[in-house]
Amino acid sequence: MMTDLNKALIDFCLRIADNSLIHAQRISEWTGHGPILEEDIAMSNVALDLIGQSRGFYTYAAQIEGDGKTEDFYAFRRGEREFRNKLMVEQPDNKDFGFTMMKLFLNGCFDYLMFRDLMKSTDETISGLAAKSIKEVTYHVRHAGDWVVRLGDGTEESHQRIQNSLNELWPYTNELFEQDSVDTLLISNGIAFDKEKFRDEWTKMVHEIFAKATLSVPENNTYSPTGGLKGIHSEHLGYLLAEMQYLPRTYPDAVW
Amino acid sequence: MESNHQWPTWEVFTQKKQGAPHEHAGSVHAPDGEIALLNARDVYSRRQEGVNIWVVPSDAIIASSPEDAGAFFDPANDKMYRSPNFFKTADGLKQI
Repeated sequence: MMTDLNKALIDFCLRIADNSLIHAQRISEWTGHGPILEEDIAMSNVALDLIGQSRGFYTYAAQIEGDGKTEDFYAFRRGEREFRNKLMVEQPDNKDFGFTMMKLFLNGCFDYLMFRDLMKSTDETISGLAAKSIKEVTYHVRHAGDWVVRLGDGTEESHQRIQNSLNELWPYTNELFEQDSVDTLLISNGIAFDKEKFRDEWTKMVHEIFAKATLSVPENNTYSPTGGLKGIHSEHLGYLLAEMQYLPRTYPDAVW
Repeated sequence: MESNHQWPTWEVFTQKKQGAPHEHAGSVHAPDGEIALLNARDVYSRRQEGVNIWVVPSDAIIASSPEDAGAFFDPANDKMYRSPNFFKTADGLKQI
């Protein structure tokens, strides 16, 4: 019989892993299609970093859950209602480089602060994974932030397009900070930390870059898509999973 | 989309370990130095090739031309005494 704490720990790991994996899958759509060779390689690198992060957290979840679970099971044998990623990362980029960079920047700033806290986790596996991930995320934030500034403070067209990306993605940022009983239990055990506590810092971080980029921050309106914690997603996730899971679903005996 | 104008190129130098010289690794396209540095990191150090990177605008490099080769390099080829070939070295010393 699994303890409530272990159950919560599995959920907690899957949420982080799912978010990184789905984000990586979106970014990897650029592989071979980047605006220039160097950026193509950079984005593939970022996607690989994120896949690496998800693998770490999936493996830990599998270890706690036992019962023959593996990282591949979580990635390839679950349906969309079982995925716990935030809605922001599953949104399609529609071949808009600025949109991809804005998404990487907004989510990256959040991940940076989250991993910074998790490095102090009483769970040694979690703190170890956080310490490894934060170096990668630090680079993602710098890379994406640099592009947000250059596109925002670039030509009239690049400014308008990156402003549109910000307007479109901003409502999704509320969900980043959502927490539930899983978090409460882990927080009380010193394994996780209250995300609300770094919300002001996150806001300051992104506003600083938007000021440099001459972008105006949209007002917080009431429209705030949500559902990731419960596995309720936008219409886009199913298509993404269909492509990502095609091979292991069609050929269940396939091995790496 | 029109893409017949290219960003300038930057020469990339990577240092394999602390204290070692920076060696030319290749070049990247980038609109400015900061992006050139990030591109260089992604293209030339993704397999842990280095601990430090320099990027230099390609047009800042002054190169000798092939026609200069005779005057520049040939006078050195009969001056063995400029190489430390005649020193006795300790056994087991692999390089000077």
